[in-house]
Amino acid sequence: MLRYLIGRLLTFIPTFIGVTIISFSFIRVLPGDPIIVMAGERGMTEERYNELYQQFGFDRPLVVQFWDFFTGVLQGDLGTSYVTKRPVFDEFFALFPATLELSFCAIVIAITLGIPAGVIAAVNRGKFFDRALMSSALIGYSMPIFWWALLLIIIFSGNLGWTPVSGRIDLLYYFPDVTGFMLIDSLLSGQDGAFVSAVRHLILPSIVLATIPLAVIARQTRSAMLEVLGEDYIRTARAKGLTPPRVNGVHALRNAMIPVITVIGLSVGMLLAGAILTETIFSWPGIGKWMVDSIYRRDYPVVQGGLLLVALLVMVVNLIVDLLYGLINPKIRKR
Amino acid sequence: MTLLNIRNLSVDFDTAGGQFRAVDGVDITVNEGDILSIVGESGSGKSVSMLAMMGLLPWTATITADEMSFDGVDLRGMTAKSRRKVIGRDMSMIFQEPMSSLNPCFTVGFQIKESLRIHMKMDRAARHRRAVELLDLVGIPDPEKRLKAFPHQMSGGMSQRVMIAMALACKPRLLIADEPTTALDVTIQAQILDLLTDLQKETGMGLILITHDMGVVAETAQRVQVQYAGQKVEEQEVRKLFAEPHHPYTSALLAALPERATERHLPTIPGVVPGQYDRPEGCLFSPRCRFANDTCRKTDPPVQPPELGLARCHYPVNAKEGVA
Repeated sequence: MLRYLIGRLLTFIPTFIGVTIISFSFIRVLPGDPIIVMAGERGMTEERYNELYQQFGFDRPLVVQFWDFFTGVLQGDLGTSYVTKRPVFDEFFALFPATLELSFCAIVIAITLGIPAGVIAAVNRGKFFDRALMSSALIGYSMPIFWWALLLIIIFSGNLGWTPVSGRIDLLYYFPDVTGFMLIDSLLSGQDGAFVSAVRHLILPSIVLATIPLAVIARQTRSAMLEVLGEDYIRTARAKGLTPPRVNGVHALRNAMIPVITVIGLSVGMLLAGAILTETIFSWPGIGKWMVDSIYRRDYPVVQGGLLLVALLVMVVNLIVDLLYGLINPKIRKR
Repeated sequence: MTLLNIRNLSVDFDTAGGQFRAVDGVDITVNEGDILSIVGESGSGKSVSMLAMMGLLPWTATITADEMSFDGVDLRGMTAKSRRKVIGRDMSMIFQEPMSSLNPCFTVGFQIKESLRIHMKMDRAARHRRAVELLDLVGIPDPEKRLKAFPHQMSGGMSQRVMIAMALACKPRLLIADEPTTALDVTIQAQILDLLTDLQKETGMGLILITHDMGVVAETAQRVQVQYAGQKVEEQEVRKLFAEPHHPYTSALLAALPERATERHLPTIPGVVPGQYDRPEGCLFSPRCRFANDTCRKTDPPVQPPELGLARCHYPVNAKEGVA
């Protein structure tokens, strides 16, 4: 087990180097000049431009710039934002709890609804429930996310007035950041209604963000279950006189979990990487929105540093998924 | 005492190409302490009739029978819930592929103890004791350790022993073994068969042994029932069947045993069991039968009296003068 873990961690090294190269070059390939963008509509004198040009080190060869970035990364320094002048690292971890909170709620919704839905659909294969569920999953998967978000906002915030339109909490409440997670902080603050407000702000973005993972998980669970339900050991379980919930929910589901865990892992990776559209639409101050804004500003250090951190997170999630395989199916543990 | 009594059991499957009759008017009787063997080629409806009785067929199957009772209880129209109290407890089944019949995600111990918990309501310690006892009973060395093993850590023969232990967990009155040795090495086959017959003798349960191997039949069974294309074509006591088969199909099966072959080439039965689309008129065996004539090809054969092994044939073989 330990050897496996070390082996896996070693494979991180080439991936990591690859990611630094990609994240470094990605933003530089885009047209646009960060200094011009910073200057805004007023523009700036040529002298000032040249000064900044040198200050940011753009006059040096790309390879040297990359080497600076890379050695910085190895020392835990991701650089400083051109715009806010704050270290990228600090900015990332100030915003990350918001993204994590939202992704966590979304993935919880997707898993708690998606897996049972997939199981029920597989068990009732070809019947009404199965068809209805799989058609809705297809619709959920193919629906443009921004359109779906706007639709929900119009109905639930606009017409019904049940939920707020954007943000993380009502402006009425103010309390210091303790953990960065609004749900926990609002509880800690002890202010009346703060927690409820935080929850109400979370509902719509979570639903929107959960839609695609939910559809993917439900479909994957269904197909994995269908495959497993045809296996001999399911017949054995039924021949023991076990109840259908036990046969399907214990004997079949555990075997069907491997592909499901894979798509859950991929979804978690995607969610953490920043739900760009969802965060933008709901003005959710998370990683996705931060990255998009930084790309518009051509804030090189933020984009390359942010990409790198997100990639690292995805790698860690993948590693956890691989370790989970072994827990679920002992046959995989051996290899 | 009659343990299992099935009269005129038929099973139809809804398929894309219409109805397919997999079992066609089969009678099965098993008394306590009986070893009944059901023989036939692949596709002759042996397993399907047993699965029908256990309620393990998919919903595409339609089961009809004049009588289907186990231990005096009518199995027809039984709710799924009350059937679950019988199967796995009084009536249990082991299958052809032991390696794939055990769930790869759970330990052997978990899978054995599961039935004990559900049917016998034993507590943790009692379940553990019984599981150890069962593994010991089926000849697995070091049972304590084996309970923690996962199926992939065991050989095919071991797995089949575990399956047997699982089936015997609740002391069933009837054990159905569906080709229990087909997937195993020849040496292991004999061990498993010996184990099954020993256990049957010890416990006095009824045993139904489904097989396509006449050698297995000769070694283990008391009574044999031959099935062909979903029909029972003959039933006899094992020694009599080997001595005087009455249905041409039985006789052809026996002739195909290597130890009985008299020629250089092993005799075979030409053709295959008819499927959904090529069911012949009249006797189902007629296209492959050496003795078939126009009567066989046009009219359904009658069932002969017990002296002629209940053979479903117009012209039973080995018939003494005046009987047929």
